[in-house]
This record gives sequence, C-alpha cells and structure tokens, in this order.
Amino acid sequence: MSAPRADVATERAVVLANLSRRGFLQGMTALGSFVLAAGFPSAVRAADPPKYGADGMPNGWVDDPLVFVGIAADGTVSIVCHRSEMGQGVRTGMPMIVADELEADWKRVRVVQAPGDEKRFGNQDTDGSRSTRHFFDPMRRCGAAARTMLEAAAATRWGVPVSEVEARNHEVVHAKTGRRAGYGSLAKEAAQQPVPARDGVRLKDPSKFRYIGKGQIKLVDGRDMVTGKAQYGIDTRLPGMLYAVVARPPVYGGKVVSVDSTETLKVPGVLKVVEIEASPAPAQFNPLGGVAVVARNTWAAIQGRKALKVIWDDGPNGSYDSVAFKASMEESARKPSKVVRDNGNVDTAMAGAAKKVEAEYYIPHLAHAPMEPPAATVRITKGKAEVWGCFQSPQATRDLVAKRLGLQPADVTVHVTLLGGGFGRKSKPDFGIEAAVVSKAMEGKPVKLTWTREDDLMHTYFHTVSVEHLEAGLDAQGKPVAWMHRSVAPTLFSTFDAAARNEHALELGMGVINVPFAIPNIRIENPEATAHTRIGWFRAVSNIPHAFAVQSFVAELAAAAGRDPKDYLLEVIGPARRITPEALSDAWNHGESPEKYPVDTGRLRRVVETAAREAGWGRQLPKGRGLGIAAHYSFVSYVASVIEVAVDDAGEISIPRVDIAVDCGATVNPDRVRAQMQGAAVMGLGIATVGEMTFKAGRAQQDNFHTYEVTRMSGAPRETRVHIIPGDYGQPMGGVGEPGVPPIAPALCNAIFAATGKRIRRLPIRDQLKA
Amino acid sequence: MASVTVNGRRHPVNLPDDTPLLWALRDELGLTGTKYGCGMALCGACTVHVDGQPVRACMTPISAVAGSKVTTIEAIGTDHVGRALQAAWVDMGVPQCGYCQAGQIMSATALLRRNRKPTDAQIDEAMSGNICRCGTYGRVRAAIKQVASRTGAGR
Repeated sequence: MSAPRADVATERAVVLANLSRRGFLQGMTALGSFVLAAGFPSAVRAADPPKYGADGMPNGWVDDPLVFVGIAADGTVSIVCHRSEMGQGVRTGMPMIVADELEADWKRVRVVQAPGDEKRFGNQDTDGSRSTRHFFDPMRRCGAAARTMLEAAAATRWGVPVSEVEARNHEVVHAKTGRRAGYGSLAKEAAQQPVPARDGVRLKDPSKFRYIGKGQIKLVDGRDMVTGKAQYGIDTRLPGMLYAVVARPPVYGGKVVSVDSTETLKVPGVLKVVEIEASPAPAQFNPLGGVAVVARNTWAAIQGRKALKVIWDDGPNGSYDSVAFKASMEESARKPSKVVRDNGNVDTAMAGAAKKVEAEYYIPHLAHAPMEPPAATVRITKGKAEVWGCFQSPQATRDLVAKRLGLQPADVTVHVTLLGGGFGRKSKPDFGIEAAVVSKAMEGKPVKLTWTREDDLMHTYFHTVSVEHLEAGLDAQGKPVAWMHRSVAPTLFSTFDAAARNEHALELGMGVINVPFAIPNIRIENPEATAHTRIGWFRAVSNIPHAFAVQSFVAELAAAAGRDPKDYLLEVIGPARRITPEALSDAWNHGESPEKYPVDTGRLRRVVETAAREAGWGRQLPKGRGLGIAAHYSFVSYVASVIEVAVDDAGEISIPRVDIAVDCGATVNPDRVRAQMQGAAVMGLGIATVGEMTFKAGRAQQDNFHTYEVTRMSGAPRETRVHIIPGDYGQPMGGVGEPGVPPIAPALCNAIFAATGKRIRRLPIRDQLKA
Repeated sequence: MASVTVNGRRHPVNLPDDTPLLWALRDELGLTGTKYGCGMALCGACTVHVDGQPVRACMTPISAVAGSKVTTIEAIGTDHVGRALQAAWVDMGVPQCGYCQAGQIMSATALLRRNRKPTDAQIDEAMSGNICRCGTYGRVRAAIKQVASRTGAGR
C-alpha cells in the first residue's frame, strides 16, 4: 500500500513536529462516550459548568503548533488535517486557516492526514457540520503560534527586537536592514523557541487574510481526484491482502441459525468462510453479524457469497412492514401525547380561532448511499492492528476495533483515507470492526472488507421514518394564533438504547421544538415510536422531516389565509429578535452556547428576503411553472431556498432554477460553501422526488440504484445560484455541510402547489403529479 | 490464460473469463482509479473506454475485451480532450468527495470526442448514467461546456 497519508511524525525532516510534546495546549479531557458525539451539550455532571462547541465534544480541541505544523529544511510546510474529507473540502479549508495565520505560501504547503488520535489532535468526529466552526479559532491560533516562533527565531539570529521583524509569505523580514530569512532556513531555530502562550499569540486582522474567505485556493486533492490517484477506503492495497464480503442477517436483530458453505468453497478464489458474531438490537456500532467470505479478489468473494446457504433467525423485527408502520404512526399522530413545548394555551386559542387548518406529512426511511460504499482494511501483526478506511470517526473506530480484538487503543492505528461521500453513514465504524474480526480469523493477514451497493442500501443506519401532524388556528385576518405539531419518528438513539421511544432533545432541536415563530400559543408533542431497523443520522438528520412539514404547513396556512407565501412566512417569523433556545424549550441548541448562538430571527428574515429578491419572487411565469420558498435554521446556520419548478402536462417535474441564501457567518472557503449548497439542492431534490427505503417482513426492499433512486443529472436544477450573506470573523460561525438540505423539499412542494394547485404531503413525490 | 490490454500494456490475468473487468483492473492490476459503485451498470462510477467507447467495467467480463484496448482514468490524460476535461474539473472545483469523478470524466471525454458542441440535452443524456451523490452535476455540465467552447474538442 502506498500509505498516502502517513502520520506527520514519520515524515522527513518535519522539524517542529519532531519535538517532544510539551504538556501545554492540551485538549479537553474525554467527556462521555463517542456515542454522544452526535453533539450534546456536555452539562452531564451537575457540578461542572456546561461546555459548548468544541469544548463540549469528546477530547475537545488542540491548537498546538507542534502537533499540526511541520517545516522542513527546504521550506515545505506540512499541515495536519485531523478531520475527515468526504467532499466538504475540509482537507483544503482547515490547512488554509493555519497557512493564512502562518503567512505560509500555499504553493509550498502539503497536507498530512491525521490518524485517529483525539488525545493528540482533538475531536475528530466529522459530522454535525462542525469542523470549521469548532476549529477555526484553534487552527488560527496554531498557525499564529508557529508564525510567532519563526519570527522569534529570526529576531534571535539577527539580534534584533522581535517587534522589528515580520513574517510575510514564507519568510521573515527585518525591514530596517532589509534582511530576510526563508521558513526552511529558520525551521531548526524556530523549533528551539518556546511555544508562545495562547493569550500572547497575535492573530491577524481579518483584513490581512491571504486565503481565508478569498476563494482562490483549489482543492488540495482535486488533481488526484481527476487522475485516478486519490485513495479512498475501498482503494487500499497491501502485500498479500485478501478480500472479503459479508452476508448479513436480512432483518435487524437477526442471526445465523446454520451455514452451508459447501458450494461457496468450490468457487475459484474463495479461501475461507468466517462467521461474525451477531449483535442483538440495539446494535450500537457493532457489526450486525453474519458470514464473511474471504477470497483472493472481491469478485470471487461476491460469487462465493451468492453460493452460501444460510438459514437465518429473523428475531423480533421479522414483521417490520412500512405500510403497517405508517398506519401505526398516523394513529399515534392523531392522539394527544407527550408535550415537549407548551407556550400559551393552544386549546383555548384553537377553540376561538376563525379558521382551523390541519395537515399530516410523511417522510420515509432513506439510505445515505455514498458513492463509495463502506470499506475497510485491517492487518494485525504481533498484537498491533492497523486499520485503513473511510471513517468519519477514526477515534471511535480505534476504540472499538481495540475492544473487539482485545487490544489497547494504543495498539491500534487508524489511517483515514479519503471518503467517497459520508453523509453520516461513515460515522459508524461497524465496517472497520468487521474487517478486524475477519483479519483476526485469517491469522492477522491483511483483509479488505468491502460492502457491495446491496449491502450499503439494505444494511445502513437508516434515516428515520416520520409522520408529522400539524394543526393551526387562524384569526379573522388569517394570522396564526395557535400552532400544534405532533412529530412521530423512531429515534436514532434506539440504535444505542433499546428503551428509547421518543425523539431525543437532539432530534427535537432540529426544527420541531425550536420553531422561532411569532405565534402566541404553541404546543409541540412527541408520541412514542418503536424502531424496527437500525436508525442513524443522515445528512441534516431530523431537520429533513421537520423542515418539510413546518415549511409546507406555513405555505398551506398562507394559502388558507389568501396571502403571498413569502410575506406570510416573514410574518410568522415575526420581527427581528434574538431568542434564547431555552425560551423554545430547546435544551440542545446544536451543542452550542445559548449566549453565543441564540436563534436570530433577523438573520432568518434576511435569508428569506435575500433568496426571494434574488429569485425574482413575484415574477410572471408561464403555465405549469411556479416558485416556492422555504427557510430553515439548522446547525446554527440560516438557509432559505426558492425553487422554480416546471410541471408538464404529463406530471413530469423539471427545475429551471434554484436560489439559495445562506447565512453561516463568516466563511473560510466561499467556493466550498457554494458547492455544499449546490450539492444539498441535488440531494434535497432526490429526497423530495424519488428517495425511499421500505421494509417488508423486516427486509429492506430496495437494493440498488434502480430501486433506490437518487437524482441524476437529468433531474438536477438547470441552475443553482447561491447567495452568501457576508459575515464577520469576530462572530460565531455556523455549519455548512448539512443546512442546505432541509429547505429544498418544502420549497419544491410549495413551488409545485404554486404551479399546479396540488399539495404534496407524502414524500417522495414520484408519480403523485401524474394521477 | 486470458489477457487484457490496458492503457497500452498487455497484462495476463489469471481469472475466470466471466470476471468483470472492474475487478480485474482494481484487484489484479492495481488500477484503483476505476471505481465500484453498484455492480449493475446503474451508476457509471466504473466507466472506462473500450476501443474508445465508454463502457461500464462492472458488467463487462474480461473475455469481452480480450482483443480490445482498454483505457482507464489513469491514462485518459494522454488524450487531449481527457486532459482538458481534467484541467477544467480542477479549475472549476467540480469534485466534492471526488469518488464518481473518474467515471464522470470518462463519460464526458467520450461525449466530447464524438460531439464537439453538445447541447444541454445531449450533455444530460450522455451524463445521466453517472450518479454523483454529492450533487456536482451543475459544475460537471459547466466544465464540459467550458472545454467544448475553448478547445473545440475534436481531434
């Protein structure tokens, strides 16, 4: 294996990084388990003050230049990226922050991927749209501290006060005498300098940024990606490597009763069949179990698996049926249940309302379907395991592989490859553990374990399935006076806790409990729901069903009131104000400080107004065309989308244009913000129009891209315009990877209503317009 | 023993005749630039050229390419259209995760080699077999158009 991203410490002449660690600038100590990494505020122990943001994540943050920056004698600057690249551009963005403060010449920067080691690098769980907002400040300090050390080294060499020298574009300059020294020549002396105290580090004035916010830097992996050189988890090759695929129980919680591998072992190239212990529900991050087929190449393993004769015990979920489950959720959604937010008196207001509106929405299970399915390679030598793979959470992989193999985490090295898409799927390291189990059964030989597309779709950690029931009372002027939302969905926490029946604070805080509406009477309820498959987080998570229901319903109220949907939405949001999440009964707030991150309706209004203005809201459209708008606050960012839809006489949809306004605070790499919004529009349209996983007799019914459809180029918008609201680097940043997704489906369905008068309440739309 | 000619080199492969070209490339020849995505010719991630024509390597048995010339992403840069597309992809920031982009570029190269100035509809038709889950389609289209307008594409 070419081992493309070796640990920085093993690289040649990485002077700074070769110094011993100096106990300072340490990350926070571990809080709770990685299961909590979905992003809780960590106010778990009453005695501790609550911690937010990166401080609240396991192992917090590290800003030590000795950990992240290396300078070689030839001037090459190595910068460690400790977050996983899955298309969001983090391997470009994170090092850009360091390089900017370091005054490094980007042409001489190389990026080194960190192995899984949170004690050393800080939290590495790449999900929750957190990388930039949690690590912008630490990475700035890191680059600035390294720059300070280079300046101090030059001043010492020249015997001049440090205040007289300045680092500028890869060299330190003494203006008075015109002396200059390149970073390479200073590296060794800089390494002798003390790491400056954090509060003594001088950060650049943002007006002096060279790269941050500018957008001239190309993707560090771009060239490799277009020439076939980029290394993903599925591309790992090691000498003597074997290949494996796994036959997993078709039903969640099932297990093997008996295996007949006679025919399998006759397939040319098949070497061995290995049983993997089943994990009863809740499976957490453990493998589902089943039978691995080990072979000399992937194809032989797949052929061998086809020839297996396995008798399965389906376990308690063998009757899971999506049609019946939808009916049961609808029944729950129509009865009073657990109240999770209660402002004013909804019943009284509803009774006195001039008009009552009621609607129910359905959003099915989804599969992430990253183009690269999960794949991992493990080799075990002399009690030490090495793992290569496309992991969003390399530390969890390390801990759990160690646990399964009976090793210490220190004996497990996790190399993070590029991820061919993640979308939340690759936060779960079950596939790494599977590879470890099989490698162990093969006496530690290197084994690459690949999930086929069928495995990926039928055995993922599914996005939940939801019924959203809404009722509102309008006064004589059509203004809403009462809002009642009952949200029913199996919780993703059911994958960790068999007793979990209600949406967790984390899920409620994704746009159902924290609607920032200027409505005096609001009640949110959450009936119980039991999970019958493995639920997990999918890009934007519960914001998808919640935003779909809430933003569709606001448009339905506008229609009932005879009002323009955009004006009505702004009226429902109400005047610009900063609302503490507590006032919305939101205990989660995306894991962020309620003081730093209140819900700012001024910002929400501004994205609505911007998207509407840029889209030409109100313009005349030909027959069959319509504009729809939706806005949503998630991952502490504000996004509004206007979609123009064209519905032809046959009921076929096309999308001439999408306008997206995003306020995520200040940006590091605006082109990647645009790219994330453009991509979110495509994924959101797929969710709205074609995406659906269903179950029958406990078994997922869609097994490849002909049955689980995703948006293709022909269904993509002709044009997606992204309007980034300018931000201030002194203000907290928001997320970018996920917040673009939630407004898309409701904006589309609102546009369809404008075009056709037909209201879509059940996703996906598929052929509902063809009737 | 069967053999395949890939990127100008003949390779003997000791695999059953029905082995898909994809797995021969990836597992036997170590050419991992060609990606697995579905195994059913549904997603285009494995697109290679066989005698200049785009094919899905996951459904093409090695026996079917015995006398043919296979070109993969690793060598498409030797073609001036392929090279121009790779440059446009980088310049316009097309990739997100990048995983499907090898297949996208192989399909786009085949398109521009047979059609110097494709219309929007022709681009959509030629490229809709290539799924991108990150949703880079808008930039894929734009990069194809840029290359078509700047190079005139034809040989």
